[in-house]
Amino acid sequence: MISVTGVSKRFGDFQALDDVSLEVPEGSLTALLGPSGSGKSTLLRIVAGLEAPDAGDVVIDGRNQTGVPAQRREIGFVFQHYAAFKHMSVRENVAFGLKIRKRPKAEIAARVDELLGIVGLSGYQDRYPSQLSGGQRQRMALARALAVEPRVLLLDEPFGALDANVRADLRRWLRRLHEEVPVTTVIVTHDQEEAMEITDRIAVMHDGRIAQVGPPRELYEQPADDFVMSFLGPVSRLGEQLVRPHDLRITADARDGALEAMVTRVVHLGFEVRVELVLGDGASLAVQVTRGEAEALELRSGDIVWVASDRPAGEAFTALRSGGAPDAPLSV
Amino acid sequence: MSAERTTRYGLRTLALAYLGALLFVPVGLVLYRTFQPGIVEVWASITTPAAVHAFQLTMMVTLIAVPLNTVLGILAALVIVRGRFRGKAFLDMLIDLPFAISPIVVGLSLIFVYGRTGWFGSALANAGIQIIFSWPGIVLATIFVTLPFVVREVAPVLREVGTEQEQAAATLGASSWQTFRRVTLPAIRWGVAYGVVLSTARAIGEFGAVSVVSGHIAGQTETLTLLVEQRFQNFNIAGAYAASALLAVIALGTLLAMTLIKPRKEHA
Repeated sequence: MISVTGVSKRFGDFQALDDVSLEVPEGSLTALLGPSGSGKSTLLRIVAGLEAPDAGDVVIDGRNQTGVPAQRREIGFVFQHYAAFKHMSVRENVAFGLKIRKRPKAEIAARVDELLGIVGLSGYQDRYPSQLSGGQRQRMALARALAVEPRVLLLDEPFGALDANVRADLRRWLRRLHEEVPVTTVIVTHDQEEAMEITDRIAVMHDGRIAQVGPPRELYEQPADDFVMSFLGPVSRLGEQLVRPHDLRITADARDGALEAMVTRVVHLGFEVRVELVLGDGASLAVQVTRGEAEALELRSGDIVWVASDRPAGEAFTALRSGGAPDAPLSV
Repeated sequence: MSAERTTRYGLRTLALAYLGALLFVPVGLVLYRTFQPGIVEVWASITTPAAVHAFQLTMMVTLIAVPLNTVLGILAALVIVRGRFRGKAFLDMLIDLPFAISPIVVGLSLIFVYGRTGWFGSALANAGIQIIFSWPGIVLATIFVTLPFVVREVAPVLREVGTEQEQAAATLGASSWQTFRRVTLPAIRWGVAYGVVLSTARAIGEFGAVSVVSGHIAGQTETLTLLVEQRFQNFNIAGAYAASALLAVIALGTLLAMTLIKPRKEHA
């Protein structure tokens, strides 16, 4: 378990972290999600000991690690650009941490073989990093980090430098790996889909603070504020209200609370249909409907329709507030 | 033949002609002239007591100056690339000073500091230590003129390698020394090797600064380059050529050693 309390960090004039507190439960896979500059990587590097906080404490498994160098924190860290030891073979890379710990040779060899099997790199022992693809290098880096049986595994945008299709594969693979090797894991990402797909808990970061923490579905359905809502999925603005495009409903006739709008475009995306509208005041918004609904309404661009939210205004926010979450200490 | 090809071959010819006129012809001529009197004479000329001593002195000076500058050069490169402190740009500039200053000025400044009338001169003389007109002075002069090579070869490689591999090593439990020995040093090894080769070549070939501080005492403070000059001045042209050829062979050997140790297959 990792617990961070009151951590602040400033780089020159830039406040990277502002009094951040967070708890990561034992065995969980947690995402730090946010746009670039939100402080997520800085927080991860402070947990790792690669960066020192200006204030606050980092406790891992009940031991205060603030001020302890990275070398003695017993963590595994995976970098966006792999940080492979280029002059070492795959075997030597994975064995590095064990060699430093002066484990017997036979034990190291067995452990390296086991790990290369887990990450699917058996048979690549004698290759050099330059002879591996990006995805393979990152799997090697994961094996290297896991070799020393770290108390926590920290991943800094691990798939950020990879192609989209490799990234999707590795994401699923990481989730399976976590089920096999359930070490407490924190992954930094700016990709909400990645966070939603593989993690148990998401901490959304914004301007050096944690905006909200919770399971992916709770964040999606009950976002604490407009930032979390718009960061976790597509949104449309209807008057003062921010809503998900699939929570909007279109009708041919006027009804209470509905606004008049003109269809500007109908985009068929397989089962879903995205209807683009322009309101009377000139604002545009998108609505997501099923193919059946679109056909029943016989939508064509130029049609005049009525649009309203299925959910009462502010429902999402009030639901969360009644739970008291934003005022209570943030915990995952 | 297209105009582009004409230009390409033209440029190649020009480059080769330039190298030929300035490099191959003079060096080739030295070797040719050396062996003109015959191999026996050449051997005799480079095995006189003065020549053997000059060779030994040059080797000793090189073996002291180069390792020192290698260790300190790597440290200085680490400080310049990784350090965060005020005056870093100034230090960076200072490293290039030996390149900018004429070797003769280096020699003179050493005399000002360590000579008999210099700052530390009388104190050193009282302690029975002689630096100027003795081998320690030659070593100091050589260290000074070869100082920038390792730093200048290693610093850009360090910058290029970055700090991520070192951070990875730290998270895996490596101490600073283990990280340096197992990760940083292997990553910069070709930069270090190149710096060592250049330092060695310069240490063996240095004339100006050494000439000022040595005092030219045959059999005592005469290095190989000084021997060449002394023989040339005494109209012993054949002897001068023989000693020059020896210098050239050592230099070529150094370059060859580097080519041989360089990796066949570059790891990207």
